[in-house]
Amino acid sequence: MTNDEKGALNRRGFLGVSAGGAALPLVAGAVAASAPVQAQVPAPDARTAVNVTLSVNGRNHRLAIDGRTSLLDTLRDHVGLTGTKKGCDHGQCGACTVLINGTPALSCMTFGVMAEGVEVTTVEGLAGPNGELHPMQQAFIDHDAFQCGYCTPGQILSAIGCVNEGHAETDAGIRDYMSGNLCRCAAYPNIVAAVKQAKSDMRGA
Amino acid sequence: MRPFLYERADSPERAVKAGGQFIAGGTTMTDLMKLDVMRPEKLVDINPLTHSRAGQIEVTDNGIRFGALVRMAQAEAHPTVRSSYPVIADSLKLAASQQIRTMASLAGNVLQRTRCEYFREVSWPCNKRVPGSGCSAIGGVNRQHAVLGTSGDCIASYPGDFAQALIALDAIVETTGGTKGLRLIPFAELHRPPGNTPHIETVLEPGELITAIQVPAGPWTRRSRYLKIRDRDSYAFALSSAAVALDMDGDTVRQARIALGGIASVPWRAMEAEAALRGKRLDEASATAAAEAALAGAKPQEHNAFKVPLAKQTLIRALLETQRMEI
Repeated sequence: MTNDEKGALNRRGFLGVSAGGAALPLVAGAVAASAPVQAQVPAPDARTAVNVTLSVNGRNHRLAIDGRTSLLDTLRDHVGLTGTKKGCDHGQCGACTVLINGTPALSCMTFGVMAEGVEVTTVEGLAGPNGELHPMQQAFIDHDAFQCGYCTPGQILSAIGCVNEGHAETDAGIRDYMSGNLCRCAAYPNIVAAVKQAKSDMRGA
Repeated sequence: MRPFLYERADSPERAVKAGGQFIAGGTTMTDLMKLDVMRPEKLVDINPLTHSRAGQIEVTDNGIRFGALVRMAQAEAHPTVRSSYPVIADSLKLAASQQIRTMASLAGNVLQRTRCEYFREVSWPCNKRVPGSGCSAIGGVNRQHAVLGTSGDCIASYPGDFAQALIALDAIVETTGGTKGLRLIPFAELHRPPGNTPHIETVLEPGELITAIQVPAGPWTRRSRYLKIRDRDSYAFALSSAAVALDMDGDTVRQARIALGGIASVPWRAMEAEAALRGKRLDEASATAAAEAALAGAKPQEHNAFKVPLAKQTLIRALLETQRMEI
């Protein structure tokens, strides 16, 4: 098999993942078998897609992506999870916030290829097995903590980090921790109220 | 974005050997690559070093050593940093949004590039981005620009906060991969003032990698704080800031360590202000005299003259608040 054929197979593989929304099982043998083929390539070429395995919401996704693809675009365009939103794409608005190893991070400010070996959680990964909402999701509904909703997935993931890391003890602490999540509709008072409710609910859970 | 090769390195030696632009948290690199300001042909991902000594904080009697890959949020939450080096904890906590502080490495933070809009927008001439092309900020919109350490070729301000704490505490940078192999660089010598080569921002050689930042212990580290003044209360760059560490004998200053941010081309140690306070009783009058000394050489531009009185007030307040700290 030539390297080109192998690349074509990889591309078909990841298209299958995107279209079906399902994860391919990991095949360790395929990774090992490709190593000698790559070793014969004389010079590295930036056009070659990079193979990467991402763990998103507890499932592994084996992808071949252009190295320039942000983690945000990787999640939206290649994994097929569009809950994570693109706002400024420069780390200023927080709409793209996901959890990386449980801590809020900006998916627009890292590349997909750099996210191998970490656990990514998006808003799609918060609900329980039977679809029951995470206490933070429910609290945002209960307190009407959004208008247009575009910033909401990022707000919810930041808010979960805020509670888990112990910064939700005061209104000022919540506002400071979440100052990297902008809300164009200015739902801030309701967001703070939602975080406070969820703090109690998450302790009880 | 321009295409690049990508390689992951799991040791400092491999990172240096890979020969490319290092990337860690990515919060500066991805931003400037999207803007086409930075155009690396190869990215060397050094995040795997996080699992080595380069990802650890080590406390000894002689001081504290931060591995280069320690994240800002990790350092600001460290109990010894909070109790014994509060100026460091403050400068990190006030620096950026929670998400950015979670991602950004300490070494990457000190190397962050200026926020000058003429540097960040490639259609403008900029000596820092394209040597010899001119400075658009001189005569342009320069509200955020520097009043200290500028040159006729560049008035961009250094945007960081942590660096002010480091320069005030005489930190030392450990590097590897330069022509001299391992070396120790006084933090005060790391950044180069713009002069007529504003595109060369540090003394690091191409391919040289910061592996750690050492901060020596001293009788001034506990009584220290970082005061930051900005346009909004959270998540904004400094208009002016002051890092202050005091060794006091009652109300008399044995030694003051002072650095100013938001107003200078590089992390700025205010030696004149320190000298003005040495052996003096610290009160509003002596703090004011120190602030006058610190800003004596200021060269304001059309839109940033407000920074001169603002920086003085920032330093006066920081000195008096640091004096009142209970330690």
